[in-house]
Amino acid sequence: MTAPILFKKARVIDPAQGLDSQMDCLLVDGKVASLDKDLEAPQGARVIDLWGKWLVPGLIDIHVHLREPGFEYKETIETGVKAAASGGFTRVCCMPNTSPPNDNEGITRFIIEKAESAGLCKVSPVACITKGQKGEELSEFFDLLKAGAVAFSDDGLPVTNARLMRLALEYSLNFDTVIISHSEELSLSQGGVMNEGIVSTLLGLKGVPKAAEEVAVFRDCTLAELTGARLHIAHVSTKGSVEIIRRAKEKGVRVTCETAPHYFSLTEEVVKGYNTYAKMNPPLRTEEDRCAIIEGLRDGTIDCIATDHAPHEDLVKECEFAQAANGIIGLETALPLALKVLMRNEGFSPKRIVELMSQNPAKVLGLNGGSLKVGDPADITIIDPDCQFTYSREKVLSKSHNSPFLDESFKGRAIMTVVDGKIVFEQKG
Amino acid sequence: MTKLRSKHILGISHLSAEEISFILDTAESLKEILDRPIKKVPPLRGRTIISLFFEPSTRTKLSFDLAAKRLSADSISISAKTSSVVKGETLIDTVRNIQAMRPDIIVIRHSMSGVPHLISRYIDASVINAGDGINEHPSQALLDLYTVREHFGHIEGLKVTIVGDIAHSRVAHSDILGFNKMGAEVTVCGPATMIPPYVEELGCKVSLNLKEAVKDSDVVIALRIQKERQGRSLIPSEREYSTVFGISREVMSYLKDTAILMHPGPINRGVEMSSEVVDSERSIILDQVTNGVAIRMALFTLLLADTGEN
Ligand SMILES: [Zn+2]
Repeated sequence: MTAPILFKKARVIDPAQGLDSQMDCLLVDGKVASLDKDLEAPQGARVIDLWGKWLVPGLIDIHVHLREPGFEYKETIETGVKAAASGGFTRVCCMPNTSPPNDNEGITRFIIEKAESAGLCKVSPVACITKGQKGEELSEFFDLLKAGAVAFSDDGLPVTNARLMRLALEYSLNFDTVIISHSEELSLSQGGVMNEGIVSTLLGLKGVPKAAEEVAVFRDCTLAELTGARLHIAHVSTKGSVEIIRRAKEKGVRVTCETAPHYFSLTEEVVKGYNTYAKMNPPLRTEEDRCAIIEGLRDGTIDCIATDHAPHEDLVKECEFAQAANGIIGLETALPLALKVLMRNEGFSPKRIVELMSQNPAKVLGLNGGSLKVGDPADITIIDPDCQFTYSREKVLSKSHNSPFLDESFKGRAIMTVVDGKIVFEQKG
Repeated sequence: MTKLRSKHILGISHLSAEEISFILDTAESLKEILDRPIKKVPPLRGRTIISLFFEPSTRTKLSFDLAAKRLSADSISISAKTSSVVKGETLIDTVRNIQAMRPDIIVIRHSMSGVPHLISRYIDASVINAGDGINEHPSQALLDLYTVREHFGHIEGLKVTIVGDIAHSRVAHSDILGFNKMGAEVTVCGPATMIPPYVEELGCKVSLNLKEAVKDSDVVIALRIQKERQGRSLIPSEREYSTVFGISREVMSYLKDTAILMHPGPINRGVEMSSEVVDSERSIILDQVTNGVAIRMALFTLLLADTGEN
């Protein structure tokens, strides 16, 4: 048993309980034991003064790529959870596009066991919608859920066949689970390497039109309406997608969605100079889209922030733009970017940031966590909103370094991460 | 002006109008060498120019090679194969190996946009972009500008119309930028499936009607048409293209009487233009080829001018 921990004088922000005030928080036996003013420290408790710091329910990232099994040279579960813990995450959901893909209970269990032995961050696997992510037959939802999968996605690839997507949504109803859609119309996006627009014309790069995402988002929302199933749209990047999802929600369709920090922080301008660290799928869009994403996060059309943490070795980024791999790492910069862009620039409240990064991601997939009620598991993130740091290459904990934010200075980050009452990360100095 | 700002020629987008004029003036002073009985002068003796062609090319490669030889540089050209990133030698490794042989200039052509920009970050030699993907082909645009200036005596105020697959033509991209920078009025025309989004941002007008587009033009540049682009057809047939967008004798009648016709080659006779138009006195396609050597001599001279011999 780990010793009790008493956090003193923290700014406790827990939207689930409507809390945002200075309090103490006592953790005993891996659970939240009490939350009140002026708590007494029990025998043997470690007392940590948190004056000026925030104490929030542990951050949850429902879209990461941990690359194991198969691509251990990009990331392992161990290095991935290390990066997650230092970014303030107490739970991450890993996508199934490993090699082999996570389409059976053996791989699901392997991932969970690996994560448990690393012990830094809870890992909930997302399993394949279709066997081998081939888009042909459904994978065994019941078996996968029993093994510990929390949702289904063929992420990295869309389910191109609309009938199969309908079947997946229908079948998910039996288990009250969620289908996470990577919504992309491949016939429109194929060959494209960045957003189709002014910059793609200036750079002579093939573009991916926004419509490639939007027609797929519209299709999937329509199928969710038809089936009544729970649909979650991954990595929303365009204004049009936000509008389609807003309308679907108004109609009562059971659809939720996420965006990634890069879609509210960056635009296609960053690609100039053939910057492969700005290459991802969906691609970075325009300022108009970035603003619409922020409005979607503000008004609740977009439910949560997820990183789409996508580690890649230098070799596939230091190369021809058209051949470079898609994606960037994001676990260590997600919270700093949310604080910088959403809170400081856009006036989001700290409570809204916690909703978007902890409470809502838990709600979207029905995960444990996202609140600090007495008796809840003590998954907690301590944030210093004033901590200044530069995200330099040697500080990166992920095995890969593919970030467009290297050498950027930030104000605000996680300084301590607690999982089941155990401190798994503590910022030194 | 005595030297270019950058040690690389990556694209017209990186050059100012003043630099372009400087290059054209330099080419003009060098062109006379090409008419001498002994077409060789010594200024680049001992200099090494390596041409790396990752895409097949006959005339551009030949033109760069000749330009180097006319100036007495040691020139070697290599036809390389594009390798995948993970298998075989990477592009960066290839380039580092070539750098180790201490060339002064690397001329590169590649099927992917941005490759000259990428390698310029890894080597000490000057890089000349001889065509990258659908991005730019600066030496072609410079020779087009040279040819037009030589013919009319100026570029400013001319009406230039570019016809064809604008979206997949690095020549179109560089020509639009170049003619716009030099004060010409540029219009592009072609099937709407071949017009890139926001192309007006490069400094041109878009017309979807050929007769309107070429009306009162001083210069018409027709581009080579390929029906298939990575397995996708952007037009129903070459036959229909030539009917709607081909430059025929009739289309020529809408141009100014003094107008000229250009093409970056190789020409599909009967598709982009009718055979009789290609062979007419209005066509100055072969002048373009001659001027290409002079332009490339100018680029070599300017890039190596200031580096001294120590
Ligand atoms: Zn995806």
